[in-house]
Amino acid sequence: MAVDKNMNVLIVDDYNTMLRIVKNLLKQLGFSNVDEAMDGSQALEMVKQKSYGLIISDWNMEPMTGYEFLKEVRGAEGQPYQKTPFIMVTAESKTENVIMAKQAGVNNYIVKPFNAETLKSKMAAVLGEF
Amino acid sequence: MSEAIQPQDDGQAYERDQVVKIINSVIEKVEHQKGDETTVIFDELKNLQQIIDDARKELGSTRPSEITDSHIPTATDELDAVVESTAEATGTIMDACEVIQEKAGSIEGDASMAIMDETMKIFEACSFQDITGQRITKVVSTLKEIEAKVDILMKIVRSKIPGIDEESAKEEEEGKAEDGAITDEDLLNGPQLPGNAISQDDIDALLADFD
Repeated sequence: MAVDKNMNVLIVDDYNTMLRIVKNLLKQLGFSNVDEAMDGSQALEMVKQKSYGLIISDWNMEPMTGYEFLKEVRGAEGQPYQKTPFIMVTAESKTENVIMAKQAGVNNYIVKPFNAETLKSKMAAVLGEF
Repeated sequence: MSEAIQPQDDGQAYERDQVVKIINSVIEKVEHQKGDETTVIFDELKNLQQIIDDARKELGSTRPSEITDSHIPTATDELDAVVESTAEATGTIMDACEVIQEKAGSIEGDASMAIMDETMKIFEACSFQDITGQRITKVVSTLKEIEAKVDILMKIVRSKIPGIDEESAKEEEEGKAEDGAITDEDLLNGPQLPGNAISQDDIDALLADFD
């Protein structure tokens, strides 16, 4: 199935620089409906209010981390956002982080710093080729 | 009768065993006190007092309160300023990239794509700010932990050695130039943190006042 580039994408990061970078890379890849959140709790409120085709989230944020946000999303039984594709984009690159994220239901994992090609390939792995 | 133990004058720290030896010596003499030995006991006590005074001065000279009062807060402020200034600079770089991308969109042919690709690389490179920011935040947090622990140690030192702060203040005062003149060391504090610096306009105005 073709990827709908008009889908809503939610990016979550506590660094404004990173939000701008990811937003710009997504724009270059053809995704322009992008919303931003600065931490997991803000993002959680947003997914409750609006339907997203993809979540791209950092891990290390306060007060709610990306990992806690992921668990909240995947733990929301019966909610429409429970199965939203979720990519973790983080500087946390230890094996246990990747394992924990995978066990919590992450669809893919990108280590910072990354480039457009990596973002595109991981998105394609989650959403299908575009 | 044993000879009185003299305080060291070579700057070496006194070992705990030496202090214990002195105290034991005093106790021994007190226990077997005879009239003509009181002078010796008095000398021993004076030596002991000298040792304690030396130790207090030595501790004071290290100015331990500076660690929590000045060094660590300054270091964390400087690191916070690094994060702020790199964030500001990357913001400016990305603003410029967005303008270039917009202009490139109106150019025909391969040049447009080439410009887009190169600006994308600049965007990717800007992620250094996020990585360095996280690393610096970790260092700041470690420094704050050290500050808290030093603070606890200082409270213990203050309770055990009354007057340590006065010794520190005295040492600091003695370290200043005798005539109160500003030294080279006093002048080397840059780069100034935001809010602590004067602007180029202020500098120009200041210099103009000399004319």
